[in-house]
Amino acid sequence: MQITVLLLVLVLLTVIGFQLGRSRAAASVGGRTVELHSVPSYHGFYVALWAGLPALLLFALWSASEGWMVMQMVLAGLPDRLTQVDAQALSLLRADILNLAHGVNTGREPDPAVAAAAEQYVRLRSLGDWSLLVIGSCLAMGGLLYARGRITPDLRARNRVERTVNVALVICSLVAILTTIGIVLSLLFEAMRFFAVVSPIDFLFGTHWSPQMAMRADQVGSSGSFGAIPLFAGTLLITAIAMAVAVPVGLMSAIFMSEYANPHLRTWLKPILEVLAGIPTVVYGFFAALTMAPFVRGLGQGLGLDVSSESALAAGIVMGVMIIPFVSSLSDDVINAVPQSLRDGSYGLGATKSETIRLVVLPAALPGIVAAVMLAVSRAIGETMIVTMAAGLTANLTANPLEAVTTVTTQIATLLVGDQEFDSPKTLSAFGLGLVLFLVTLTLNMVALRVVQKYREKYD
Amino acid sequence: MTDLVQQDVRTQETRAMSVTATKSRYQSAEFSDRLRRRYAAERRFRLAGMAAVGIASLMLVVLLGSIVGKGYTAFWQTQIRLEVTLDKTQVEEGNYMPVLRQALYAVVPEVTDRAGRRSLNELLSSGAPYQLEAMVKANPSIVGTKQTVWVLADDEVDQFMKGFIRRDVPESERRLNDIKIGALDKLAAAGAVKSAFNTTLFTAGDSREPEQAGIWGAIVGSFLTLVVTMLLSVPIGIAAAVYLEEFAPKNRWTDLIEVNINNLAAVPSIIFGLLGLAVFLGFFGMPRSAPLVGGLVMALMTLPVIIIASRVALKAVPPSIREAALGVGASPLQTVAHHVLPLAMPGILTGTIIGMARALGETAPLLMIGMVAFIVDIPHGLTDSATALPVQIYMWADSPERAFTERTSAAILVLLAFLILMNGLAVFLRKKFERRW
Amino acid sequence: MSVQTQFPTASAPLRSATGGPLLKMVARDVKVFYGAKQALKGIDLEIQENRVMALIGPSGCGKSTFLRCLNRMNDTIENCRVEGLIALDGEDVYGHAIDAVQLRARVGMVFQKPNPFPKSIYDNIAYGPRIHGIATHRDELDEIVQTSLERAGLWNEVKDRLREPGTGLSGGQQQRLCIARAIAVSPEVILMDEPCSALDPIATAHIEELIDELRENYTIVIVTHNMQQAARVSQKTAFFHLGEMVECDDTEEIFTNPRDERTQGYITGRYG
Repeated sequence: MQITVLLLVLVLLTVIGFQLGRSRAAASVGGRTVELHSVPSYHGFYVALWAGLPALLLFALWSASEGWMVMQMVLAGLPDRLTQVDAQALSLLRADILNLAHGVNTGREPDPAVAAAAEQYVRLRSLGDWSLLVIGSCLAMGGLLYARGRITPDLRARNRVERTVNVALVICSLVAILTTIGIVLSLLFEAMRFFAVVSPIDFLFGTHWSPQMAMRADQVGSSGSFGAIPLFAGTLLITAIAMAVAVPVGLMSAIFMSEYANPHLRTWLKPILEVLAGIPTVVYGFFAALTMAPFVRGLGQGLGLDVSSESALAAGIVMGVMIIPFVSSLSDDVINAVPQSLRDGSYGLGATKSETIRLVVLPAALPGIVAAVMLAVSRAIGETMIVTMAAGLTANLTANPLEAVTTVTTQIATLLVGDQEFDSPKTLSAFGLGLVLFLVTLTLNMVALRVVQKYREKYD
Repeated sequence: MTDLVQQDVRTQETRAMSVTATKSRYQSAEFSDRLRRRYAAERRFRLAGMAAVGIASLMLVVLLGSIVGKGYTAFWQTQIRLEVTLDKTQVEEGNYMPVLRQALYAVVPEVTDRAGRRSLNELLSSGAPYQLEAMVKANPSIVGTKQTVWVLADDEVDQFMKGFIRRDVPESERRLNDIKIGALDKLAAAGAVKSAFNTTLFTAGDSREPEQAGIWGAIVGSFLTLVVTMLLSVPIGIAAAVYLEEFAPKNRWTDLIEVNINNLAAVPSIIFGLLGLAVFLGFFGMPRSAPLVGGLVMALMTLPVIIIASRVALKAVPPSIREAALGVGASPLQTVAHHVLPLAMPGILTGTIIGMARALGETAPLLMIGMVAFIVDIPHGLTDSATALPVQIYMWADSPERAFTERTSAAILVLLAFLILMNGLAVFLRKKFERRW
Repeated sequence: MSVQTQFPTASAPLRSATGGPLLKMVARDVKVFYGAKQALKGIDLEIQENRVMALIGPSGCGKSTFLRCLNRMNDTIENCRVEGLIALDGEDVYGHAIDAVQLRARVGMVFQKPNPFPKSIYDNIAYGPRIHGIATHRDELDEIVQTSLERAGLWNEVKDRLREPGTGLSGGQQQRLCIARAIAVSPEVILMDEPCSALDPIATAHIEELIDELRENYTIVIVTHNMQQAARVSQKTAFFHLGEMVECDDTEEIFTNPRDERTQGYITGRYG
C-alpha cells in the first residue's frame, strides 16, 4: 500500500520535474531557446532524473534490507532460550516468524513469544514502509528543487542526462552477470551447508538415495542416504532414450526440410515443428503420464513384458518428442551453413543427393551437429516437468528402460515442493543436486556454444 | 540443319560402332546395375526423412488429439433441477443443504432408509448450498416461497451423465450405486438433469471438488506474474541490448557479458527456481507463493531471451541510418532513441512476446518458490498467495478423479489458446512490420 | 528437381558438316529460363573431342549457365527450366538414356572457387571412385589417387601428406586438387567454370599448363572472363553476349579476325 503510494508519488514528481525543468530553462533565456546549451526538454529530463533517481535508489536499498533489519530487531527482542541455538534452529525460527507474519498457517500452535515477535515484525514492517514513504517523498522533492535551482542557460543538461542514461544502460547489461553470480553464489552457499553434513564423496559416489530416512535424528548425515549415483544414472537413462528419439528424428526432419521438401511443403511442415516447440513442458508431462505411460505399459504387457507404470521409456520418449524441434532447428541452421559450393562439387562428380548429404554435407556439418546434440542433451538433463510428472520418485539404480527411475530434477522438485523444513539435509540436498545440474549443463552449453561459434566462423 | 540431319543418317553406322568402341565404364551394365542400387538407397534416405517428419507430425496430432479428446467434455457440467421450499428458519440459520435434500427426497419418495438417503445426498455437489445461498442473498424476497433451482451435480454424477461411468458394470465395481442411478433416471425422465456450459471452470478458484474447481484464480495468478515479468525484463532487456549493440566497446569485458547471456539462456529453468528460493525467499524474506517473486524469477529467466532477440533486431537496422542521424549532429543517444530503436521495435516486440509466451508456459521455477500451494481465493495483489495456470495443470494432473483429468485437459486447452494468441500476435507483428533493407 | 525439358526427337550429329574431329557434345537451340526470366536464348554449339573450347563474354552473358547445362548442374537450381537439345556422343543428355548421375560422371566439373571437401586429400580424390564403385580394392584406389594427382601435377607436392585435410592446401593447390578429383572418375569431358578467377598469377599459369596437358585425354570446356587465358589455352572460342552465342570459331580467328562487331568490341576492351 505505502509502496504503491510512494511509486505513484515518484511518478508524479518526475513528471512535474520534467515540466518545471523545461519551462524554467525556457524562462531563463526569455524564451529564446537557441541561447541554451541544451534544448529545454533535456533540462526537463535533468530535473526529472534528480527527482526520481535518488528516491528510487533509496527505495531499492530500503526494500532489499528492510526485511533483514526488521528481523534482526525482532530476534534481538526474543528471549535467549529461543535465539541462543544453532544456525539450523535459528533459521527455522525465522521461517516461523515469517510464516506467522504473512498469515501462513503452519499447523502448529505457535510459541507465545514467537507469536508476539511475529506481531512486532508486522508492526515494524509497517512502520518501515511508512517511513520509507515519507523519506522517499522528501528526497524526491528535495532532488527536484535542487536540480531546478541549478538550471542556467549554460547548464550542460544534455551531457549530464546522457551520461546518466549511459550508466543506467551499463547497469542493465550487468543484470545478466548479476544473475549468474546470484545463481552460483546461492547454489554454492546452500550446497556448502549440505556438504557440511553429508560428505561430497558420499554424495557424488554413493549408490543409495533415500532423503526421507535422513529426517530421523539417528540418521542425520548417515552415509549412503544421499548417494546421488542412482539419480545421475536415471537422468542419463532418460536422456539417452530422449536422444535416441530426438536426434535421428530431428536430424532427418532437418535434412528432409532443407534438402528435399519443396517450398510449398516446407510452409506446412515448419509450423508443425514450431508448434511442437511452443507446447509448455507441463503439457508434455501430462501427455507422458496419462497417455504415453499407459500406452507403453499396455504395449509391454501385450509382449509379455513387465513394464512399470512410470517407466523411463515413456518419459524418455515424450522428452525426445519435446526436443525434436530443438534438434531440428539447430541442425537446420548448421546444414544451411554448409556452403553450396561443396554440394556442387559433389553433384559435379556424379553423386546422388543422399550421397552428397551423407558423405559431404553431414561430415562438413559434424561439429555443428555435435554441438546441437550437446545443447539438446543439456536441455534434456535440465528438463523438469516431464520427469516430475511421468518418472518415478524412488531412486532405482538400473539400466532397464522399462523400470521406473528418478532423475536429478525430479528430486529437486519433490524435495522442495510442499512443506519443507529449512536447513534439513533433505532440503539442502536439493541445492547440492542443483549445483551439479548447473555445472554439468553449463559445461555442455559453453563447449557447445564455443563449437558452434567456431563452426560459423569457418564457413562465413 | 537439314544437311546436318542427313549427315547424321550417313554416320549412323559409324556412330554405332564408335559408341560401342568408346563405351565408357559408365555405360556398362555393371554401372547401371550399381546405379539402380544407388537410387534405391536414395529413395530409402528420402523415405527416412519423410518418416522423421511424419513421426514429428504424428506425435503432434496424437498429443493434441489426446488432450482435446480428454478435455472437451470439461466445458460442460451436469446440473440438477430441484423444486425447493425456502423455509424461513432454515434460511436464517444458513442451513441450505437440508433444503436441497428435502427437495431431492421428494423426487424419489420410495427411498426412505438412511443408507439410501445418504446415496441421494451424494448426488448433489457440496457447493450446491452456496449457489442457493447466493440466490437468496441476491433476492431475499424469495424466502418462504417455492422455487425452481438448477444446482451443480456431484462430479461422479457428471461423469456418469457423460458416459464415463458405465451402468452395465456390476454395482460393486461401479462408482455410482443403483439407488443413485435410479434417482438420476427419474430426474432425467422429468427433464430435471441438464448439461450446461461449465462457467465455474472459468470463474472459480481451485477446489478439492472437481465440479467447483476453476482456473480463474490460476489465470489471474499467471497474469500478475507475467505483468511483473514484463515490467522488469522488457525495459532492462532492451536497455542491455541497446548498450551491448550500440555503445559497448568491444573488449574482454563485453565478450564476457555476451558469453554469459548466451549461457544464461540455456540454463535449466529449475535452476532459476532455486535462485528465487535461496535469494528472494531466503535472503530477502519475500513472501512464498507470491506472483511478485514468481515474476522476478521469470524476469531473470526471460531476460536473456529478450536481450538476444533485441540485439538481432538492432543489428538488422542498417548502419546508414545511424550515419545519417549522426551526420546531422544528433548525439549517439539521440540517434539510438530517435532512429535506431523505433526501427528495431517490431523485432524487439516480437522477441518479447515470444519470451513472454515461454514464461507463461513455464512451471518448474514456480514450484520452487511455492506457487504450487492449494489456493482457493482469487489473488488480488502481487504479494497474495497465488498459483499459475501451468502449475494448476501440474496439480490437477496429480488428482485421481476422472473429473480432474478432464479439467486438466481443459486447462491445457485454455493455456494453449493463450499461447496461440500470443504467438499469433508475434507472427502478425512480424508480417506487418517486416522490412527488407 | 523441377527441371522440365522439352526436346526435339532428333538426335545430334557426331561430326560437323565440314568434317574434322569427332563432335563430343552438341547443343541445339538451348534455352534456359530462371522462373520467367530467360537466361539463354537459343544456343547452338559444337564441342570437338580432345580440344579446349573457351566460352568468353561479359559477365551475365549466360556462359556459366550454358556450361552448367552440359552436365545438368542446373537441375539443382529450383525453378530452372532448360529447353533444346544437348547431346553427348549423339545421345540426348536430358533424355531417358542418360541419367544425371551417369552424365556427371562422364562430364566432370571444376568450379570457380576451389571447393575441396573438408576431408583428407586422399579422401577428396577417392570420393568419386568410391561412390561410383570404380575401385573395389584398396590398391586400385591408391593407384587412381596417385595417377589423378600426377595428372593434375600435384603428386610431388602432396604425396607425403595425403592424410591431411584438403582445405589446408594453398588456393592453387586446392584448385589442382579439385581437378584431380574430377579426373579420378575418368570423365570424358571436363567443364571448368572460371577455374583461375580466385587464384594468383603463378597458380593460374600452373593450371593453364595443366589444361593444355589434359587436352590429350579429355575434352575441355572452359568459361573465362580473361581473354588472354582463352587465347592461351583454347583451340576454339565462343563469344556469348546477353544470352546469345554471337560467334564461335577457331580461337585465332576470333581474336585476330572477329566477324561480329560485338565480338570485336569485347575483345578490344570496349565493354565487358
